[in-house]
Amino acid sequence: MTDINDPMAEIRASFFIECEELLEALQDGLQELADGSEDAETINVVFRAVHSIKGGAGAFGLEPLVRFAHRYETVLDEVRNHRLTATSDAQKVFFQCADHLSDLVRICRDDQPIPVAEGEALLTALNALLGDEHEEEEVTAEDFQPLGVALSLDLPDLDIEAEPETPCFDIVFRPGQDLFATGNEPQMLLRNLAALGEAEITCDLSTLPPLDQLAPETPYFQWNIRLTADISEAEIREVFEFVEGLCELEVTASGVDVPVPEIVDEPPASEPEIIVEAPIVAAPVVEDAPVELKVIEPEAAAPSASAAGAQKNNAGPKSVVRVDLERIERMVNLVGELVINQAMLAQSLDQAGLSPHSDAMNGLEEFQRLTRDIQDSVMMIRAQPVKSLFQRMSRIVRESSAAVGKDVRLLTEGEGTEVDKTVIERLSDPLTHMIRNAVDHGLEKTAADREAAGKSGTGEVRLTAAHRSGRVIIEVSDDGAGIDRPRVLSIAKSKNLIPQDANLSDSEIDNLLFLPGFSTASQVSDLSGRGVGMDVVRTSIQQLGGRITITSERGKGTTFSISLPLTLAVLDGMVINVADETLVLPLNVVVETLSLGANDVQMLRPGEFVVRVRGGFVPLYDLGVMLGYRSPRETHEGSIVLLISLEDGNRAALVIDGIQDQRQVVIKGLDDSFYRAPGIAAATILGDGQIALILDPTDVIAAATPNRIMDKPMPERKVANE
Amino acid sequence: MNELASTQGLELLTFRVADQEYSLDIMSVREIRGWTRTTPMPHAPDYMRGVINLRGTVLPVMDLARRLNLPSRETTDRNVIIVVKLNGILTGLLVDAVSDIVAMSEDDLQPPPDLSSDPQMSVVRALTVIDDRMIRVLDLSAVVPASSDEAA
Repeated sequence: MTDINDPMAEIRASFFIECEELLEALQDGLQELADGSEDAETINVVFRAVHSIKGGAGAFGLEPLVRFAHRYETVLDEVRNHRLTATSDAQKVFFQCADHLSDLVRICRDDQPIPVAEGEALLTALNALLGDEHEEEEVTAEDFQPLGVALSLDLPDLDIEAEPETPCFDIVFRPGQDLFATGNEPQMLLRNLAALGEAEITCDLSTLPPLDQLAPETPYFQWNIRLTADISEAEIREVFEFVEGLCELEVTASGVDVPVPEIVDEPPASEPEIIVEAPIVAAPVVEDAPVELKVIEPEAAAPSASAAGAQKNNAGPKSVVRVDLERIERMVNLVGELVINQAMLAQSLDQAGLSPHSDAMNGLEEFQRLTRDIQDSVMMIRAQPVKSLFQRMSRIVRESSAAVGKDVRLLTEGEGTEVDKTVIERLSDPLTHMIRNAVDHGLEKTAADREAAGKSGTGEVRLTAAHRSGRVIIEVSDDGAGIDRPRVLSIAKSKNLIPQDANLSDSEIDNLLFLPGFSTASQVSDLSGRGVGMDVVRTSIQQLGGRITITSERGKGTTFSISLPLTLAVLDGMVINVADETLVLPLNVVVETLSLGANDVQMLRPGEFVVRVRGGFVPLYDLGVMLGYRSPRETHEGSIVLLISLEDGNRAALVIDGIQDQRQVVIKGLDDSFYRAPGIAAATILGDGQIALILDPTDVIAAATPNRIMDKPMPERKVANE
Repeated sequence: MNELASTQGLELLTFRVADQEYSLDIMSVREIRGWTRTTPMPHAPDYMRGVINLRGTVLPVMDLARRLNLPSRETTDRNVIIVVKLNGILTGLLVDAVSDIVAMSEDDLQPPPDLSSDPQMSVVRALTVIDDRMIRVLDLSAVVPASSDEAA
């Protein structure tokens, strides 16, 4: 995207990355103010974030951003100086402004046209907070002064970047005795010097002796040069590199208030006071420095503090390397190839008939261990706390609750939970939808309704993340009225989504919400109920290898629970054979393996069997039949059976033909295929180069059991993603 | 390249499917590779032959004969897979054999006669004649169904 050869574009890109961090800090600060968990420093952090964004924006001439940030900052400054109290109304405005600010940053980054209306409304709101006398003064300052001047009023240090004044140097060049003798020519030097910038060269002839005393090999002239160029002193001296020691050279900088080298030398983050600003201030000036990838990140301490800022002050700054995501992607792919390669090697060593105690086999074992370590480390690079995602969601709650006129509070938990970056990015849309749903449909229509049900007037939406047994669980719950099951059932029937005489259990009814074309909102609101509904959410979650479940209690609320794999790239799998095909089953679902005896299988009814396992009965499924690979067998006696645990807590027994191996497999997505098979989560490449499909057991069974209508196999269809 | 295209029109890759001759704009063809065993996908439509390993990525392969409702025959080592790229997505098309690359201008193409009742014709974008043989030019976007997760 960015032109690599353009240093300005790179600096600009890094400015926008900074902005994102600053916006995050801003959100954090505002949240603390709202929670009442703020300390004296909080308002400063908030103020500084806005101020830094403004400063950077000024350097890049992003006028709308500067204008808005300036007004915002003015109000925050009032709060900081205790001339204004941040009432809850004011805080609401602050949050909206922060949202708008992040919009503006995005718009500026993408060079999109700027919508005026919202900004104006917020400016008015800010002015209202300031009171009358300020308003008058501010408006004039903003409207009638050109940007550069307005900036210089409060940002003298940034002025240099905005309108860099070209430095000027006075150079005195006096050739020494041996200059000519060594074959140097002053004219060449002066010409090179003039090439650096605008040079005024005067020749000083005062030392020229009378002609009869003149020694032709001795230089008598002296040159005074006034050079106006945007370069450093070192560059000037470089021109005279070859005549060093052969001449007298004086270089004095003049006409610049702040010599460039001083800014260069300024440590990026030596004192807490300038920590946030420093990278931005330094970045635009140091044009020839590589774009800084390494930044001391003061905010880095915060994400780990999951428990509402409890330990926010005691963690010292840790150093962070900022790396292009593409490079990590590449590394992940390479590690993936490495794992495949290792599998191939293992296979060929195996075929060579080497003893398991031979050096080669021992070496291979070590190799496998190392590969796994590398893989884990690479995956850790990609993992990120879900915090940024949750912050975005708090904005969705603010906006959607305002749109439907409900008073809603968002509680978040487990912000420090780390998830693969790709997962975080792709969770944003489904989560947005779920949050909107919770606000719009989940919570009661009015505060009075809630109070009548004995709840507080403020609705509560809870967003939590946690690691649970190798997966990430993200839950969105509301404390609303719960699912109105009779209504859901009647809607589904009226839309012919289910047979009229269908008799469904509560959880089956809940799952009707995921059917395509289902929307319970009797009025189509702005927020949700636009036809694309929970089915799209479910599809996107499934594409991430995840699952979504729903639980609801009448009068108490509804919880949507998303369960996701930790990583999208590798899986510990069991490689199995079914009807001449090789398949992979996630190892973490396999509870045990059994070999069926004559009396283990009982028929429940024709075509349906159960297996007796430790006194319990578990439904038996023939994987080969379910996948359509072969026809049912006469008897299951002697077959190998995998006992697996399903997502809903139930168990199932899968009949397979053989177990090959347990190993790590690299997940290759099937997203790009024109066909999506039910029950198939992804694919992998085996040691022999063949592709094996990775099964999603819960999905396989759901697809194979037509009586569970909510989990029908997904037919081929187009989904209108937004 | 552009200059070439403007003076010479387009180039077509012609191939045989069930004894019929078809062609594709060569710009959409990424590579041609020999037949390898596919891994079948469960419950797939009959024209979906499965997936193969294309240098580390999973390539879905479609049996073009079945897709065009032509009689499909035994797949042998002589079959080839034409790897095409449509909207950034790679798909393999299983055909009998690749014949030739012919250059022609857009003027040489004729729109197919309107036989809308014939589902097979809707995937044919144009017709042309080479050495007295009729060659059908396929409309790739109609041949490859949109994937279920592709944004509409």
